[in-house]
Amino acid sequence: MAEAMGFFTDTTVCIGCKACEVACKSWNQLPAREGGQPELSGISYDNTVQLSGTTWRHVKFIEQFDGPYNGRWLMMSDVCKHCVQAGCIEVCPTGAIIRTEFDTVVIQSDVCNGCRACIAGCPFGVIDMNPVSGTAQKCTLCYDRMSVGLEPACSKACPTDSIQFGPIDDLRRRAQTRLEQLQSQGETRAQLYGADPEGPVGGLNSFYLLVDEPEVYGLPSQPKLPSRNLASSAAGSVVGAAVLGAVGLVTLRKRRSEDVAESERGGQPRA
Amino acid sequence: MGGSRVPDTFFTTPPEWTWWIIFYFFIGGIAGGSFFIASLLYLFGRPSDRPVVRLGYYVAFVGVVISGILLILDLHRPLRFWHMLIESNTGNLMFKSWTPMSIGSWGLLLFGLFAALAALSAAREEERVRWGPGFVVGRGFRTVVAIIGGILGFFLAGYTGVLLSVSNRPVWADSPMLGALFLISAASTAAATLILLGRRRDAVDAASLGKLAEFDKWALILELVAIVVFLVTLGAAVQVFLSVWGVLLVLGVIGAGILLPLAIGMGWVKRWSTKPATAAVLVLVGGFLLRVVTLLSSEQVHIAGHRVISP
Ligand code: SF4
Ligand code: SF4
Repeated sequence: MAEAMGFFTDTTVCIGCKACEVACKSWNQLPAREGGQPELSGISYDNTVQLSGTTWRHVKFIEQFDGPYNGRWLMMSDVCKHCVQAGCIEVCPTGAIIRTEFDTVVIQSDVCNGCRACIAGCPFGVIDMNPVSGTAQKCTLCYDRMSVGLEPACSKACPTDSIQFGPIDDLRRRAQTRLEQLQSQGETRAQLYGADPEGPVGGLNSFYLLVDEPEVYGLPSQPKLPSRNLASSAAGSVVGAAVLGAVGLVTLRKRRSEDVAESERGGQPRA
Repeated sequence: MGGSRVPDTFFTTPPEWTWWIIFYFFIGGIAGGSFFIASLLYLFGRPSDRPVVRLGYYVAFVGVVISGILLILDLHRPLRFWHMLIESNTGNLMFKSWTPMSIGSWGLLLFGLFAALAALSAAREEERVRWGPGFVVGRGFRTVVAIIGGILGFFLAGYTGVLLSVSNRPVWADSPMLGALFLISAASTAAATLILLGRRRDAVDAASLGKLAEFDKWALILELVAIVVFLVTLGAAVQVFLSVWGVLLVLGVIGAGILLPLAIGMGWVKRWSTKPATAAVLVLVGGFLLRVVTLLSSEQVHIAGHRVISP
């Protein structure tokens, strides 16, 4: 396997220009929504609203305002986290989702049959259906560009280097330096999300620097794998089956009272 | 807006498993349940129960065929349904023992095979058909089909709940009880189906129907217990039911689908107590609503921007 590659996204320098979002759509030739009609979200200055099968990068605007002049904007360019232990790979029944030589996670569109298990399995709500292909789609970390030594389109386009691309070990060192810098400047809320290989889902190959709790950014605090529920849920079913089987044996088996009733009608008690 | 109180499962995207899947869970449950009830009656019941056994096998066979069609229709690329069974790019068998949808695909296929064999055997017994190998009416063959098919029936009835739980979606992944709950509900709805269909067939013994009603009563009591445990184990995710879905759960699933038929079965409702068919219809309605409520309550929750939108 080649070196593990990924993104480090420093949300503190994101200016919300959406160059990454546009670069992603254009490189991957992702179709417009609603035939390109302008759409307003009505809940934010952000009109894309969420990641989807046709939007593989999405810049979230978190508008934290008490009054018109009192508050702050948080910007975060969201994308597939390329989990080291990926929930989507776990649940896919066709084997469409693979881990590449760059330790990234890619959905093979020619294998996917659109069952949507991966959508329910991703702890971050990243995957969705692409209505044109009829398959589940998401960021590939520009597998095609990486295979020929190019940088992914989004990080290439990012004017502030909020999105940094490179070998994971390198990125972790850079993130640690930046975290310490922010903390020494008094930004005590600064924290890394997904940078710890010992952390949830084995760490994220696309990890973040945040300046508030993960939930504020729409991220789960403890992402988990779907398989955590397999043993308990299966055990519950087995217990249910055993109890039902016992109830069935008691209520459905032959009874003496039936024998009596049957012989009164002149039938044979036991054939 | 204390962010930390939002359960982690709320930060995910709904898979849009809606009406095809709701009908599949309902019909697949009846198919699996009918088969295991028929197996129990065949293995431990009386010869006079045979008409119900045959009926159970027919229901299982028709149900599994409909189930397969519903599942294929739900795929966004239906012609690739076989990718669940065979790796499309290598031709090897596709099987993941840790993925309920993968196990379920094979389980459904195997169950379909046994349901077909059992239905053929039943049709030969009644002389509705005359073709097929003679051994299908043999005693040993039937016993083997009843045992293996019965186990697969339990599997089909329960794996759907496990499939929902092995995810990161609200409600589904928040409780380990869905597998057991769907299994028990499959038993009650299957018994209700057999009661309703059995009443119309002359060959069916009244004593067999009485046993089914008795079985159904206990299944409903178990179902009530399972729903309570399910709600308790949900933890913070139970807030999803502080909505129209909670109302439907309490009034539709528990009230109309469990308590009312139980009361009729016990003879407490004087006006209706002579009509076991009324109770059976209510059980079916309740079982259907259970699938509607568990699927759609979760489907309502999604993220928009950084906000969680829930009912
Ligand atoms: S973020 Fe979701 S889609 Fe991306 S690798 Fe992890 S589980 Fe899969
Ligand atoms: S939708 Fe496609 S990629 Fe997702 S789990 Fe199903 S087959 Fe796999």
